[in-house]
Amino acid sequence: MKKVTVYVTLKAGVLDPQGKAIQESLNSLGYQEVKEARVGKVIELTVDDGPDLEARVKDMCDKLLANPVMEDYRFRVEEAVQA
Amino acid sequence: MKFAVIVFPGSNCDRDMYHAVKEVMGEEAELVWYENSNLENYDAILLPGGFSYGDYLRGGAVAATSDVMKQVREHAQKGKPVLGVCNGFQVLTESGLLPGALMRNKNLSFMCHQEYLVVENNETLFTTDYEKEELVRFPIAHGEGNYFCDEETLKKLKENNQIVFTYENNPNGSVADIAGIINKEGNVLGMMPHPERAVEAIMGSYDGVKLFKAMIKNWRQTYVTNA
Repeated sequence: MKKVTVYVTLKAGVLDPQGKAIQESLNSLGYQEVKEARVGKVIELTVDDGPDLEARVKDMCDKLLANPVMEDYRFRVEEAVQA
Repeated sequence: MKFAVIVFPGSNCDRDMYHAVKEVMGEEAELVWYENSNLENYDAILLPGGFSYGDYLRGGAVAATSDVMKQVREHAQKGKPVLGVCNGFQVLTESGLLPGALMRNKNLSFMCHQEYLVVENNETLFTTDYEKEELVRFPIAHGEGNYFCDEETLKKLKENNQIVFTYENNPNGSVADIAGIINKEGNVLGMMPHPERAVEAIMGSYDGVKLFKAMIKNWRQTYVTNA
């Protein structure tokens, strides 16, 4: 078993109003060093291992997990920790 | 003319849509649950507003993967009319039947009020009863209606006259004030504002009547008169 962590973020250049609000809040808390905040999603998948694992996860991202019109994604594969 | 109103778990404007075509326009209509459905015998498909699958992941994303959307795609490929409103528009972009995507409103708020729209293209089967640049008033009710596409797509939308409605006062940050677009073939229309909620004086506007009237008239002309 593998654990796949998919990170989905808005593409660079796409306005992220949530990120903007978070950045302004951090600034108003005194963290002036924060110049930008971008909000995304983390999706954790537990999957059976297989030879095409990476290609299949990429497919899942393209078909459902991310919308390529406005979002980018990246993912990390690691051994699933047995509970 | 026989309309199918597709009902997903979480659709909530399905009855408004049904009321508009069945009771106001006096046509045949059925509410069609998304599972085990057969769309073969319907003349037009209506994808209603709401929050299909609770807007999980992205508005319309999960509904776009459903089997019924494969049938909607086949229906569209035959040139038959498809209208997606609000969440229905999101389902159409997520399933690739229309270009672009709908993002969170620029001000992050859910907005529910009337907006004036400009009819940019009155040559589609949905809009022939409007004048070009006619100002119409429809309600909007969305949190994710901020239309986005890249420059190249926008250029194509303009070149092909695919922008059907724009906002007079852009409420949500949409690129080029876009409120509704149509596919290149001219039979799949997606829009955030709700024409089905503007079909009787008691609703505050009946500017939506012309849209359904045009759909019905143009369908009759193609499939009955000239059949």
